[in-house]
Amino acid sequence: MSAGPALMAPLGWPAVTLAAYAGSAWLYRRGGQHALLLPVLTGTAAVVLVLTATGTAYPEYFARARVLYWLVGPATVALAVPLFGQLDRLRRLWLPLGVALLAGSLTAIVSAVGIAWALGGSLETLRALAPKSATMPIALAVAERIGGPPSLAAVAVAVTGIAGAALARGLLDALRIRDAATRGFALGVAAHAIGTARALQAGPVAGAFAALAMGLNGIATAVLVPVVMAALGLA
Amino acid sequence: MKLLDRPRSTLLAVAALLALPVLGEGLVRALGLPLPGALVGMLALLGGLIALGRVPRGLDAASAPLLRHLMLFFIPAVAGVTLHAARVAEEWLPFLAAGVVGAALALAVTALTLRWMLRRTGQGEDA
Repeated sequence: MSAGPALMAPLGWPAVTLAAYAGSAWLYRRGGQHALLLPVLTGTAAVVLVLTATGTAYPEYFARARVLYWLVGPATVALAVPLFGQLDRLRRLWLPLGVALLAGSLTAIVSAVGIAWALGGSLETLRALAPKSATMPIALAVAERIGGPPSLAAVAVAVTGIAGAALARGLLDALRIRDAATRGFALGVAAHAIGTARALQAGPVAGAFAALAMGLNGIATAVLVPVVMAALGLA
Repeated sequence: MKLLDRPRSTLLAVAALLALPVLGEGLVRALGLPLPGALVGMLALLGGLIALGRVPRGLDAASAPLLRHLMLFFIPAVAGVTLHAARVAEEWLPFLAAGVVGAALALAVTALTLRWMLRRTGQGEDA
């Protein structure tokens, strides 16, 4: 038995996680907020490195660091605050935004499941991928509910957000989408918080519509994923 | 909901943010809803804010750090990918293709649909 885990108990693992996050957040700012330097990626990599170095099994780590994960619930509830700030825009444009949300949300779910299925993905992988365009706290809860491993869903969410943020400018330029609100809304639907961060760099209008889209797609994904999975016989 | 009517302090707002996911989960179980409990808690808070017509200062103070450091709370869950290392190594192609191509399709469909709908309803860009 390694001495590492004994030294880490009981406050150690939340502290290690916090330190890994602080370091990766610093790196993210220093690196010009590059999508590949997102703290959730580099911070997790640092934690996995410490786990490997100290010979700690993941379940033991999670049992101790769970207190941080519990805060995902309150953070999800807190999303109501920025969503409330966007209500005026929503009231004005509810029909176009609603139709675009429905089309985008369905496309995200069906394309993810369809592509992974065509390439021979396992049932667990399909279930983890289905909610991948939703913001992470909602995607994890939805995946868990339909039988997809939440950690796998977390990686799918991160891959999607990074891909969406990286592809958006070139793709939307090629489609000649010039309206800032439209660009922001598409980023928020397809690429959740990472896309919203990207849209905020483009300007406040794109950022506000991205935040609105992220909140709405969280709700839409939670409602649509169980329905779509049942319709495809994957529930 | 009474709790939310007038949170006078940040402490009360913190208590509401901690209690709402639990209350939401209870409601989901009791009614058999197909939604995450925290999402129901979020909708309840949104309803409260609409009824109130503004964001109480205490709630603003309590929610800002939670939202700013959202990624911290995900690290313990994402690290669980080590449990699925074999699956990711075996299925990296469907995983990556679904993530990247799916994101591109969702971006394009959302943007094109929204542009079309904005033009149809006469609220469109002039491009």
